[in-house]
Amino acid sequence: MRRPAAAHVGVPRWLYLPALLGAGVVLLPLVALLLRTPWADFWGLVTSEASRDALGLSLRTATASTVVCVLLGTPMAVVLARTDFRGQGLLRALVLLPLVLPPVVGGIALLYTFGRRGLLGRTFEVLGVQVAFSTTAVVLAQVFVALPFLVVSLEGALRSAGQRYEVVAASLGARPTTVLRRVTLPLVLPGLVSGAVLAFARSLGEFGATLTFAGSLQGVTRTLPLEIYLRRETDADAAVALSLVLVAVAVLVVGLTRQAGRAR
Amino acid sequence: MRAPLVAAVVLVAAGCGAAGDGGTGGDGTELTVFAAASLAGPFEQVAETFEAEHEGVRVRLSLAGSSDLVAQVEAGAPADVLATADEETMQRLVDADLADGDPVPFAANRLQLAVPPGNPAGVRSLADLARPGLALVLCAPEVPCGAASARLAGAAGVTLSPVSEERSVTDVLAKVTSGEADAGLVYATDVLAAGDAVEGIALADEGVAPNVYPVVPVAGADEPGLAADFVALLTGPTGQRALADAGFLPARGGR
Repeated sequence: MRRPAAAHVGVPRWLYLPALLGAGVVLLPLVALLLRTPWADFWGLVTSEASRDALGLSLRTATASTVVCVLLGTPMAVVLARTDFRGQGLLRALVLLPLVLPPVVGGIALLYTFGRRGLLGRTFEVLGVQVAFSTTAVVLAQVFVALPFLVVSLEGALRSAGQRYEVVAASLGARPTTVLRRVTLPLVLPGLVSGAVLAFARSLGEFGATLTFAGSLQGVTRTLPLEIYLRRETDADAAVALSLVLVAVAVLVVGLTRQAGRAR
Repeated sequence: MRAPLVAAVVLVAAGCGAAGDGGTGGDGTELTVFAAASLAGPFEQVAETFEAEHEGVRVRLSLAGSSDLVAQVEAGAPADVLATADEETMQRLVDADLADGDPVPFAANRLQLAVPPGNPAGVRSLADLARPGLALVLCAPEVPCGAASARLAGAAGVTLSPVSEERSVTDVLAKVTSGEADAGLVYATDVLAAGDAVEGIALADEGVAPNVYPVVPVAGADEPGLAADFVALLTGPTGQRALADAGFLPARGGR
């Protein structure tokens, strides 16, 4: 991004105090978590069988959810950014709803859709697919909450990239599919990557919808956040150690999205 | 601008008046009771009776999981009385020197089988739970109701393979009421509180003792006298009747 070389205008000095306070509100709890981490047993706690199962399941489901988000979210973002139809604004608002919806509400909604007595539950049962209490349910919950992150991020990238190159390609005889494949998508690739990373992070942190909709069983549905929630009951040290693992992943994700943002 | 100000002054004055009137129960007028979530119904009744008997005293109930409550008291939460859902959890408070005297057992609770209305899977006994393909939901072994479930299954020689292990009894109940699970093991009092949303099936006790609920005044409480009064009311006829109405068993000699 190019910055205009305008004269520098200072900020009022009193602004620093609330700004520092705000930073403290965010950073102090993380420091407290670090101070409370049982470093001596850290490795043992995060590599116990239950921890490894939870971490493995979290990584597998979050990866699967990210793939589904890219496959479904990219077409959604292109349609929302490149077409114009009645009610598009309303549709966009509704599709982005999970962004602001409490995840537990999402979980209840999913239950009434894919649950045994849900809207589609019967259909799935006839097909011999049992969604309830399965890893599929975890992925569904994660896709539900993470998809809007990818759509928002990619639609923004599409809009700021504009249509100039697409128009040129089309005028040279390229068909719409070719324009999409050879011009549009390469142009917004950084936006797609940062959207996918955000969706991955959101999937990894998914808790409320999973707990409500998928249940909690080691190796099947008990992802890392659910494992932390359960361990807090009896083994606070393990809960803190596993929390730190998620913090580390979050830091990594923020770093990656910043990189992707700079490459734009 | 002026009207709210006047209202505020009137409210403050009224508040002072009320506090002044309520001097009979000691200097302060609030008793804070921490209780396991399953005790909600009967404790609200006991608190009401307590307030009627002690003029000017207000009982504040804080209801949560027993482990969370003990952790809060350890961290300095201002509790006068603590009641937990099992003796193991209470022992943590005793070990931390935060119990004022010995905890008193005041109620007991048994596990029951909860099934969706109509019992679609036709579950009748503990042995039925081992049937393949049955969607059984239990509490995780880490929490008291899960430990109790494991003891019961162990005593009966039944191997249970749940589709989900939840963190609390209410989470198990929710999976049954929504019809996602064919059966779940919860406390008898939970089945009673859930009303028509689930059907309860009593189980043979297999020689396993029920969960015992202990209560104790917290050491260093602001209101030690009132705390002792509350424990007395709970273990007396009033408290025992309220607990029995909610489906609890007596603490001793009950089956």
